[in-house]
Amino acid sequence: MKKIFSHPKSLRNISTHYCSGCGHGIAHRLIAEVVDELGIRERVIGICPVGCAVVAYDYWDFDCSEAAHGRGLAVATAIKRVRPENIVFTYQGDGDLAAIGTNETIHAANRGENLTVIFINNAVYGMTGGQMAPTTLLGQKTATTPEGRTSLMQGWPLKISEMLAMLPGVKYVERASLDSPGGIIKSKKAIKQAFENQINKVGFSLVELLSACPTYWNMPANQSLEWIKNSMIKEFPLGKIK
Amino acid sequence: MKKILMTGNEAIAEGAIQAGCGFYSGYPITPQNELIGYFAKHMPEKGRIFIQAESELAAINMVFGASAAGARAMTSSSSPGISLKQEGISYIAAAELPAVIVNVMRAGPGLGNIWPAQSDYFQATRSGGHGDYHCIVLAPASVQESYDIMFLAFDLADKYRNPVMILSDGILGQMMEPLVVSGELLVASRKNKRPINQLTTHQLTKPWALTGCKGRKPNIAKSFYLKEGDLEKFNLRLQGKYKNIQDKETRYEGLFLEDAKIIVVAYGTMARIAKSVVNKLREQGKKIGLIRPVTLWPFPKKIFQRLAVSDKLLVFLVIEMSYGQMLEDVQLAVNGKAPVEFLGRSGGGVPTEEEIIKKLQAISFKL
Amino acid sequence: MGKIIINKERCKGCMLCITFCPKGFISADKKLNKKGVKPVKFEENPECLGCSMCAIVCPDCCIEVYK
Repeated sequence: MKKIFSHPKSLRNISTHYCSGCGHGIAHRLIAEVVDELGIRERVIGICPVGCAVVAYDYWDFDCSEAAHGRGLAVATAIKRVRPENIVFTYQGDGDLAAIGTNETIHAANRGENLTVIFINNAVYGMTGGQMAPTTLLGQKTATTPEGRTSLMQGWPLKISEMLAMLPGVKYVERASLDSPGGIIKSKKAIKQAFENQINKVGFSLVELLSACPTYWNMPANQSLEWIKNSMIKEFPLGKIK
Repeated sequence: MKKILMTGNEAIAEGAIQAGCGFYSGYPITPQNELIGYFAKHMPEKGRIFIQAESELAAINMVFGASAAGARAMTSSSSPGISLKQEGISYIAAAELPAVIVNVMRAGPGLGNIWPAQSDYFQATRSGGHGDYHCIVLAPASVQESYDIMFLAFDLADKYRNPVMILSDGILGQMMEPLVVSGELLVASRKNKRPINQLTTHQLTKPWALTGCKGRKPNIAKSFYLKEGDLEKFNLRLQGKYKNIQDKETRYEGLFLEDAKIIVVAYGTMARIAKSVVNKLREQGKKIGLIRPVTLWPFPKKIFQRLAVSDKLLVFLVIEMSYGQMLEDVQLAVNGKAPVEFLGRSGGGVPTEEEIIKKLQAISFKL
Repeated sequence: MGKIIINKERCKGCMLCITFCPKGFISADKKLNKKGVKPVKFEENPECLGCSMCAIVCPDCCIEVYK
């Protein structure tokens, strides 16, 4: 028998610190697979966020930089400008990209920086203990919305991908979901597109991935995938936005 | 070599470009706008990178990225903007990245006003941001020195992989003086018939830079040490580096120290006024001297320690455009072995020659 | 015909592979691994399709697929 599925080279063969059923592990693997398939491991520079994925550089086997919370796209902008021959991507959560880092996100997008952004939307702050994120759904209970998010008090879930798609500097935005094998395959296709865009100098490309956080959604892993399907996708529809 | 007339702000920018600054990012704020304007005009024409950032936070984090990628990188601002940059400076210090940050100080606190001041001394010389770290802090006192000090700033930043802060102020930044420019790098670039690409030359000496992991293990630029004991170990190493910098990189200018009975201590713009007073009083035969710290961190403690115990010295007078900030460093260095007097104004006011002479007369009466 | 090899020590017991195996050949093991969780186990069966669904959904990259 032939081995048809195994560990991508660009992902170190070690256990991660992520909780059971967490979507980060899948997203990390998909990026590593794409990096391997495009043969860019020796050119790629990843920017890791502050949040649960802060030590993503321990898992990827290529050059990486930390960025202060929310500043991923400022750091990435500079690295790409200094080294245009390298392939630079940021990996950012919803709090990092769409709350504390909104300014850096919008302006890097608006400058049309030739970067790839992988945006993990799990509707919650994981690392700090399950507080409300900008993308938390209405009614969703979190540590800081114990009665559920209300539009009156906390506003609406922020659709940053749709916002960014309005900007002329942004060339590609797609939302995909890590809720099923089919969704994961589509997610990988979108990630690959976003990297290929950079290689072909197309410009700013962003992939939003709806990702499970069973721990702070207070549900088992399989149920959390159902929740993506039944609740998150209603608020954050899938597909190519731009 | 050529002689030109320039403002202090422009001299800093020209000095940085000549010193091989490959990346500048900044956000407008008075009184340092000539600096960002100069970079905007001259960086692209020399094949370097200029970005007007969307905020001070973005600017300093771009410097983080550019430096991590191996470029000589800098940003500049004025006091309120420098406050905003502090988080990023802490990360740069912790990731041990070289960077140069220019603060053309204005009066605070808060929005304050746009008049010159020296009231960011504590912020610059202590940590400024969170955690146990230091910037190397350099204080020029003329347009020429503003230019020259940029070479030193980038060299120290690279040598120690540490942020270097230049403390200028609104007067020094805005005033024009003749400046002698070395021009060596521009000549070299003409010979090569292409813009100098400092990025590639510096890359050779920066094996830690992020360049893609071709032929080596991956490099990581980071400041995060989660495992028990790791951060303490790292911090101890940082402290060792700071001790080394303190031992080797202290700089000051001394004037008439051999027989002075009163020594005036001032830096930057304030030192120019103080120097003028010292020279005038010397002409009248008064035994007065001057210490002008050039490195504010590391502070030139040793000269104070030496003079404080010599029997000829009677008193130090610290003069600042702030309310007793450098004073504390002088007091710590002197350690009670000699009296330390103080004169300071801040909020836009600058101690005048007359005020300094009056203060010196009051001290002389006490003596 | 296919088969899978599970890295039981790395498995965190989320059981997503169990949910998505179209044949129901994956189940929870009774023995705890060093992480203190019950990993999953695979019962070899010639009817395993080698479809890789289990490996695709595994968040911890614990599964190798052979076909």
